[in-house]
Amino acid sequence: MTEVTMTVNGKSVTKSVKGNTLMTEFLREELRLTGTHVGCDTSQCGACVIHVNGEAIKACTMFAAEAQGSEVTTIEGMANADGSLGVIQQAFQDHHGLQCGFCTPGMVMSAAALLKDNPKPTEHEIRDYLEGNICRCTGYHNIVKAIMAASGQDVSGIAAE
Amino acid sequence: MPKDHGIGASPKRREDVRFLTGAGQYTDDINVYGQTYCYFLRSDVAHGKINRIDTSDAEKMPGVVRIFTGKDFEGVGGLPCGWQVTDRFGQPMKEPGHPVLAQGKVRHVGDPIAAVVADSLEEARNAAEAIVLDIEELPAAVDMKAALGDGAPLVHDDIGSNLCYDWGFVEDNKGAVDEAIKNAAHVTTLELVNQRLVANPMEPRVAVGDYSRANDESTLYTTSQNPHVIRLLMGAFVLGIPEHKLRVVAPDVGGGFGTKIFHYAEEAFVTFAARKINRPVKWTASRSEAFMSDAHGRDHVTKIELALDKDNNFVAIRTETLANMGAYLSTFAPSVPTWLHGTLMAGNYKTPNIYVNVKAVFTNTVPVDAYRGAGRPEATFQLERVIDKAARELGVDPIALRRQNFVTEFPYQTPVAVVYDTGDYNATMNKLEEMADIKGFAARRKASEAKGKLRGFGVNCYIEACGIAPSNLVGQLGARAGLYESATVRVNATGTISVYTGSHSHGQGHETAFPQVVAEMLGIDESMIDIVHGDTSKIPMGMGTYGSRSLAVGGSAMVRATEKIINKAKKIASHLLEASEADIELKDGKFSVAGTDKSVAWGDVTLAAYVPHNYPLEDLEPGLEETAFYDPSNFTYPAGAYACEVELDPETGKVTIERFAAADDFGNIVNPMIVSGQVHGGLAQGIGQALLESCAYDENGQLLSASYMDYAMPRADDVPFYSVDHSCATPCTHNPLGVKGCGEAGAIGSPPAVINAVIDALQSGGHKVEHINMPASPQRVWAAMHG
Ligand code: FES
Ligand code: FES
Repeated sequence: MTEVTMTVNGKSVTKSVKGNTLMTEFLREELRLTGTHVGCDTSQCGACVIHVNGEAIKACTMFAAEAQGSEVTTIEGMANADGSLGVIQQAFQDHHGLQCGFCTPGMVMSAAALLKDNPKPTEHEIRDYLEGNICRCTGYHNIVKAIMAASGQDVSGIAAE
Repeated sequence: MPKDHGIGASPKRREDVRFLTGAGQYTDDINVYGQTYCYFLRSDVAHGKINRIDTSDAEKMPGVVRIFTGKDFEGVGGLPCGWQVTDRFGQPMKEPGHPVLAQGKVRHVGDPIAAVVADSLEEARNAAEAIVLDIEELPAAVDMKAALGDGAPLVHDDIGSNLCYDWGFVEDNKGAVDEAIKNAAHVTTLELVNQRLVANPMEPRVAVGDYSRANDESTLYTTSQNPHVIRLLMGAFVLGIPEHKLRVVAPDVGGGFGTKIFHYAEEAFVTFAARKINRPVKWTASRSEAFMSDAHGRDHVTKIELALDKDNNFVAIRTETLANMGAYLSTFAPSVPTWLHGTLMAGNYKTPNIYVNVKAVFTNTVPVDAYRGAGRPEATFQLERVIDKAARELGVDPIALRRQNFVTEFPYQTPVAVVYDTGDYNATMNKLEEMADIKGFAARRKASEAKGKLRGFGVNCYIEACGIAPSNLVGQLGARAGLYESATVRVNATGTISVYTGSHSHGQGHETAFPQVVAEMLGIDESMIDIVHGDTSKIPMGMGTYGSRSLAVGGSAMVRATEKIINKAKKIASHLLEASEADIELKDGKFSVAGTDKSVAWGDVTLAAYVPHNYPLEDLEPGLEETAFYDPSNFTYPAGAYACEVELDPETGKVTIERFAAADDFGNIVNPMIVSGQVHGGLAQGIGQALLESCAYDENGQLLSASYMDYAMPRADDVPFYSVDHSCATPCTHNPLGVKGCGEAGAIGSPPAVINAVIDALQSGGHKVEHINMPASPQRVWAAMHG
């Protein structure tokens, strides 16, 4: 067991973990932050995406011990300070960018990372960037639309509903 | 002006807030105090005789609570099959046993052999590695045709062959069909494969079993689309736990697509084991485990013949299909290639003679059952492909050929048992032609060709039977269950409402759409209404969500229960208003006396029901809560027309979807936003089937596609923005909402459009390719071009 200290959604946490504890396990089991999901075992689905020091990371590919000293943000930390939905979250709701919600935390975290680097991505850039996030429900239409809307683009021309 | 509330409006989904903030409660998010973890040791061979399982070393490993093998389940029931098909000769299908843990033999890669229960998952996994197995590998039956041949290895020795059933439909039509084909002016024949798929909801399956000694009660938390069905099957047939001692909870479920309908071994195991060890037991599937233990979908090999007269009218259809059942019969597997497939072979067309033959085959592969569309995509694909091929052979326009043969008068009795209540196939086709901008296609093809690419356009129609289903009818067809739905509307004293529904939401947005229906009927605000589902201890017996049935059947139950509420509330209002009941009108949440300005508010009536101080107690019970069970009188028949435009790179064989248009008739629409979303998702799955997905086995029965590295899921850059429309509505004539169901249409209607477009592109480049099997991968397309 080693002791790790990190900041998760603005709060400092210290826990002892085994060397092989994955970040997904640490968040879900130790911190009970169950918004970070596990959809695969080959780091292909993106349901587990979180931000570590501002970068999108698949939490299933990282050991908790590796996050020592890091600034971690999960889906639970994405709402506004008053609890209302953040801009990307709100756009997902407004444009029906989620159905079962299982891929959604990863989608929102990936979208946030994309918009940080590329504040007005094209449809093509969004689709390209989401290569590592699988959604089985939405057919991606409304996810792409929601991300374009979150970046302030006019999406009214995109096919109905 | 679109409505902003009630039926026809698109309010934002209320469930989204919890999903968007990480507050969803999926099964894996549930931990029960004192919980143990379970790891299944699964077969790594397709077929083998279990000579010995030695768990003695493993039992001594740290953290191990207990190890279970097939021996522990001797005397316990096997997993039951919920649908019995009767074959062409009047005999019941072969129904081999399906033990919870393998007994004597393993029959597919992934078949569970032993289960280790330990204090942690890691300890369970480590101990499983210490189990000593002596399994003698046997030759495997993998290819369906070979499995039916002489001397093929037998998946189940006791049934003497690998044939589950040989089904003919309608058997009495066979002679007329053969005759019509013999005398036809033209017969188009097509042999094709509808490949095996894996549903792959993003949430893997999870089951947590708990047991309370205090009241001898078991609880199962599970990723299910129908908790009551699991309670019935597991309680009555597998474990012998009476229903009042068994609670099944399916909380937030991360997608289902059919594969979470069925009762699985792992559910029975954790419930059984929790009772044995008196501690909760949790199992969470890894994705690799999901690939080898979730029921798969499709897997048909078909020959279809379409006969036409000299004027190009369809005169007969004859099909022969081999349908893979896998190693065991999954819950509803036998119904998929039969009643969900044969009954749809008429499609949107008036073909007078149809005969469907299906041989269901056992193989040493994962069981196959319903996956989004279930039987209907298989019917649609073969029919719409053979029509396209016929059009090409006859040199006629594929849309004109379809239009010429459309059913135009309703109700329409097909030669394959079902009666279409209503529809307008020309209307959806007109709409589609406009959406797909057919006129602009020539210019777009030119532009593609200028870049050295080929461009193709493909169109198809589809019809499905949804709103499953009239209980007496499905009973005659072999279903061992009724397919009604239930709803309880519980009005609280202050006027808020909880609606308890047997329908289950795992992405469909019921928590938003269902209140729209009840609110519309009562004239109150949707925010006063909550939907409760997914817990057998709360809701009346319900059959769950599949077959695009939630609104058509569950919604109808809700309408009926709400009507009862309105009836009783009017009686209370008439008492309060001292008026005759016949004069009471309910509008905008107010009861008024017709022709006067006297009224009482909804909240006054509901309060009176629970605080009956001024109340007709001699005539009326207090309280305001009603239950209804709704059993539909027919299926519903959503139908539509789809168009796909592809670009094909002749250098690599890669196909890109450039445009996709879907014109659907779903009858009346409650929430257009949700309906469009359902279509989008279905389209992506259909496009996935057409271009990317394939669940592959090698000749020894090894599963080659057991992770997302080998199974190509559609990703955001594989699909375009879709153009969808559902304005051509012919309301269903037999349910109170006039709704038809929209959940499966996209997956049913899209694969033929894609393949028709690919063939069109190839033909435009001078390649005489008549058919290409799915997925139309670059490799396959390239091979077809150069073969
Ligand atoms: S769980 Fe991390 S990528 Fe799938
Ligand atoms: S919303 Fe269900 S997987 Fe994306």
